[in-house]
Amino acid sequence: MTDYLVAMLTFAALYGLMSLALNLVWGMAGMINLGLVGFFALGGYASALLTHRFGLPIPVGLAAAFLFAGACGVVVALVTARLRGDYLAIVTLGFAEVVRIIASNEIWLTNGTDGISGIPGPLRGEVPPATFNLVYLLIVLAVVAIAFFLLQNLRHSPFGRVLRAIRDDDQVAAVAGKWVIAFKIEAFAISSGMLGLAGALYGHYTSYIAPDAFVPLVTIYIVLALSAGGTGSNLGALCGALLIVFFQEGTRFIAAWAPGLGAVQLAALREIAISATLILILRFRPQGLLPEKLPRLAKR
Amino acid sequence: MTEIAQLVLNGIIAGTILAVPAIGITAIYAVLRFPNFAVSSIATMGAFAGYVANVSFGLPAAAAILVGFLLAGLVGVVSDEIVLKPIRRNGLLAAAIASVALTLALENVVRFFFGNDLRSYDLPIARDWRFLGLRIGPQQVENLAIALIAMAAVFLFLAFTRMGKAMRAVADNPMLADIKGINADTVARIVNFAGMGLAGIGGMLIGLDTSIDPLTGFRAILSIFAAAVLGGLGSVPGAVVGALTIGIAEELSLLILAPPYRSAVGFVAILLVLTLRPRGILGERAY
Repeated sequence: MTDYLVAMLTFAALYGLMSLALNLVWGMAGMINLGLVGFFALGGYASALLTHRFGLPIPVGLAAAFLFAGACGVVVALVTARLRGDYLAIVTLGFAEVVRIIASNEIWLTNGTDGISGIPGPLRGEVPPATFNLVYLLIVLAVVAIAFFLLQNLRHSPFGRVLRAIRDDDQVAAVAGKWVIAFKIEAFAISSGMLGLAGALYGHYTSYIAPDAFVPLVTIYIVLALSAGGTGSNLGALCGALLIVFFQEGTRFIAAWAPGLGAVQLAALREIAISATLILILRFRPQGLLPEKLPRLAKR
Repeated sequence: MTEIAQLVLNGIIAGTILAVPAIGITAIYAVLRFPNFAVSSIATMGAFAGYVANVSFGLPAAAAILVGFLLAGLVGVVSDEIVLKPIRRNGLLAAAIASVALTLALENVVRFFFGNDLRSYDLPIARDWRFLGLRIGPQQVENLAIALIAMAAVFLFLAFTRMGKAMRAVADNPMLADIKGINADTVARIVNFAGMGLAGIGGMLIGLDTSIDPLTGFRAILSIFAAAVLGGLGSVPGAVVGALTIGIAEELSLLILAPPYRSAVGFVAILLVLTLRPRGILGERAY
């Protein structure tokens, strides 16, 4: 039972990291990213290849994952920076698909659909599996805590204020003398880097990554986590991630005693339930459970 | 040389078929101003409705495609009315996100009833025709004809009917159209029905060429959006030009790339056109 809880908390923390990343672009800067899973995958592969194939230390892999996914984020943001948000939606959605096609077909690099197994994890093999899981949970929690702290600071910093101004009206921000495109690209790059870092942490935890793990459903999970928690609020992003794991596990238990349905049908019902939940939240409670609280103006 | 000619011929046929859903998505964008990703699973639904009509009820492919059109159009209108329309009030990007969730839900509805197996239409077996060293199948010619008829109907509708003109007016200037007493809700319903219906035809035409499964539409979504963006999102003639370009480019890419990378061609095309000419080949005029 403890093992189960530790595993669930680790996944919740990984979802939390991704949902914080989404909050940075969507919640603060108002930029859409429908290809979250693509950046997640890039980071996973970058770190897995560097540590597994070239034997580099894990921290190097994590840093490389952040930088590589961030650099790809710059390219995606650059192409669409001057255009309306809907182009970014199309490009990011396509980006994630292309990443998956490449991961499935460049067998020399990614081992294709068989995936990469045996990705090293810190202390894996040197300590009992239960201890490894606990240590890893603490590492992921530490990363999430640092990310949360930095983003909370960023939110209240001039940079965060400009991002919110861009979200609410980018023309006003431009008139106020802000270089809107640079701010947008920076935010998108940091967010993509965080997604890449989450992907790397995922790979080192499960020791195995394959294109199957990087389907659009993951993107829906993250969008759902942030929307449920409260778009614009970092705390909301974390709470939403916790909710998602409850939701996932809850539907798993319900599925266990649903009579007369095949595995494919149960999986289909679960995905329908998840999509429908997101739609209901966007429809009836777009501000989420913990709505964004705008920092108060200083009293005169 | 013959090989290239064959690829170009295949590309023209594939592009003409691709133009049908691309027109659908670009028309919806022109009126409602958001990319509706539900198009992918609604195309799949059209393909499956046509499959049931064709295999279970024995209708010939050309008649079954009408069933696909009607069901896809109906799902398009109903899902927009219930799901997307209320969310559009919270913002167009929120609606785009919701359309991704919607497409996943609808795809899984298909999966729930039909499973993940590949299915093929019940088609008469026929020998390919040959001329000048090129091959073309009778079914391909029929698909081409259906696609051309669907496109001709769209252009006649937009050019000559009252509703078609109203639609162009709303796309061109929603406020002015409103002042003139055009009911935006009615226009939105018609464009959703026709646009998603066209997506359903597109899904079935793609399926007639190969086979269908719950991911049929999703696999085509990059090509469909690439066609629409390439021609200028919101431009109906642009979607045709874009679709032909993408169709031919995807076939020619087989000369240098492995077949799975076909759909990556669409993505590269989107990146190129957004960098070099963001308005698309024909710009954003609806008609």
